[in-house]
Amino acid sequence: MKYVDEFRDRELAEGLASAIRREAHPSRRYNIMEFCGGHTHAIFRYGVHDLMPENVTFVHGPGCPVCVLPIGRIDNALELAEDHGVILCSYGDMLRVPASRRRSLLKAKAEGADVRMVYSVEDALKISRQNPGREVVFFAIGFETTTPPTAVAIRKAKAEGLTNFSIFCNHVLTPAAIQHILESPEVRSIGSVSIDAFLGPSHVSSVIGSQPYEFFAEEFQRPVVIAGFEPLDLMQATLMAIRQLNEGRHEVENQYVRVVTREGNMKAQQLVAETFELRTSFEWRGLGLVPYSALRIKEAYSAFDAERRFSITAKPAREAKSCECPFILRGAKKPTDCKLFGTVCTPDNPIGSCMVSSEGACAAYWTYGRFRQQGI
Amino acid sequence: MTLFATRFASDGGTRLDGAVEMIHGSGGRATTELVRTLFHRHFDNAYLAQGNDQAAFDMEAAQVVMTTDAHVVSPLFFPGGDIGSLAVHGTINYVAMAGARPLYLSAAFILEEGFPLRDLERIVASTARASRDASVPVITDDTKVVEKGKGDGVFITTTGVGIVPAGVNIGDRAKSGDAILVSGTVGDHGVAVLSKRENLTFETGIVSDSAALHGLVAEMVAAVPALHCLRDPKRGGLAATLNEIAQQSGAGMRLVESAIPVKVGALAACELLGLDPLYIANQGKLVAICEKADAGRLLDVMRRHPLGLDAALIGEVLADPHAFISMKTRFGGSRMVDWLAGDPLPRNC
Repeated sequence: MKYVDEFRDRELAEGLASAIRREAHPSRRYNIMEFCGGHTHAIFRYGVHDLMPENVTFVHGPGCPVCVLPIGRIDNALELAEDHGVILCSYGDMLRVPASRRRSLLKAKAEGADVRMVYSVEDALKISRQNPGREVVFFAIGFETTTPPTAVAIRKAKAEGLTNFSIFCNHVLTPAAIQHILESPEVRSIGSVSIDAFLGPSHVSSVIGSQPYEFFAEEFQRPVVIAGFEPLDLMQATLMAIRQLNEGRHEVENQYVRVVTREGNMKAQQLVAETFELRTSFEWRGLGLVPYSALRIKEAYSAFDAERRFSITAKPAREAKSCECPFILRGAKKPTDCKLFGTVCTPDNPIGSCMVSSEGACAAYWTYGRFRQQGI
Repeated sequence: MTLFATRFASDGGTRLDGAVEMIHGSGGRATTELVRTLFHRHFDNAYLAQGNDQAAFDMEAAQVVMTTDAHVVSPLFFPGGDIGSLAVHGTINYVAMAGARPLYLSAAFILEEGFPLRDLERIVASTARASRDASVPVITDDTKVVEKGKGDGVFITTTGVGIVPAGVNIGDRAKSGDAILVSGTVGDHGVAVLSKRENLTFETGIVSDSAALHGLVAEMVAAVPALHCLRDPKRGGLAATLNEIAQQSGAGMRLVESAIPVKVGALAACELLGLDPLYIANQGKLVAICEKADAGRLLDVMRRHPLGLDAALIGEVLADPHAFISMKTRFGGSRMVDWLAGDPLPRNC
């Protein structure tokens, strides 16, 4: 298939693999965090790690929009669907994420709540036009990639004068999360996690550009290579990161030049800036409260903000006992370090969010890598 | 309420209008009229003409195979078929996967109040056409009507019986060293149906592969009566079917991704939606597992049949008590091919 096969070419992969083997010094380790769940998925789906030498390791980052949403926000969504009786529209993955007390939107749906799976926020707009007598809430999640479409929907709703449509906004910001990981004690101290370099997000960077990563590449002296989601992208970006480390450089490099520019998509950025504002802090599953890491809807569009409209407040929620998702999301543990992995927690019966989404590290380990783990 | 019969054109039903009403399921005259003028007119055979509540038939002394399959699909009409043809092909294929020759079908229709009669006739005509083309008649049938909101238009359950030819004995035991073959491209049906789902309409040239496979199977078992497994991968795709076989057989498998046939259009749709063709439904494909020594001959026979033109050898069975399936990726790495968990969902990033 044109424009796909070129990025999955086996001969090119072998060429890159031998370059990586040649250039990675056997005397040191290269721990490279791929930020995005899309990267994690591709590494496992195509078997990219099989082509890496033993001392080059991928550490899976928190870039899975479903995984990082704290349980309390899912409890809030349940409250909207059950107590406020709204039509709650959400992406499919969100429906299966366990909330408090092992509940989920899918279970609420089975019990009669009006929860609908949609493929985009446009579908939710359509549903609100078709149901003028009902409140329709879109459960908006995701990084900078899914934020501009939400902004467009809010503005459309305003322009059309829709009075029954609102957004439960959970959009989060990538650079803040990467910075937080680098500042976390586990990374700073000589300790459990050593992350030598980052493979930066692909789709997110197409929106925000490569420029936002420049600060912490410099500040934390870690190379960042923005990488596409295709397996050859990942391998080339890995080679670029290894070269930076070998040469003692710590720059932002862009492997994904066919899509990402330094400035990004200015129009989308402007749209987002006009519609949303920074939250002073937001809870991430696994990372805790991260300052200035999420967006809320601006006052001018408050009529479309489900949090204001239904007076949604933060709910304290506890992680499932023994679930290591928080550590896994920080790269501090591997899925196989979790007692629940593959025993109690499987994609059919997920305990933690990392096992739900195909972009979650646990789901990728289980689905594509189970044969590697002995005794499961 | 107007009785169905009064709206039904005596000249062949081309002016059929109106909708299914509760009275069509009441068991009274309206029910009989619906059955006679719509269902039996299309199914049209001597068994139904007797007007009994059952069909009696003689069978030769042989091993008899029986199967049943409930069909629900959204949307009811999709490129390459509809729920009617699907209900016929699905059950014929289940019978055929025992190496058997399908003989007869039964069909039970559950209709939702308000369902357009015009659409119902399309479905019944398609059911009849599929059964006629396969030479496997519907010899007994039933219709019920449920209130609006308690069904999804039409549900069809079909039962099939068939007989296994002498000398054919297809088990469900794949053995280490066996060859794994597939009869053609995977994922066509699922992609065709997805392309017409509400909220997900996209343009694709892919049509459902819905087809009755008993003709292909007859030639396969004639050539290689000692087939170890035959199965048609439906929901859950090729991955689910291979995992079922692996688990039942207590053996592992090693697949070669580049050998698995997938149409470019299906691949493109999967790329777009973030889906994997190995997990997408099929309705006219089969997986065959046989001794390695028989694989070449079996593949030749399959490729000579119109429904097996793209048949391919895709991997081998291995000794593995975990019954895991791994796959050499096109890219040169290795990955696990697990069961599907939940529904395949398009990705959101």
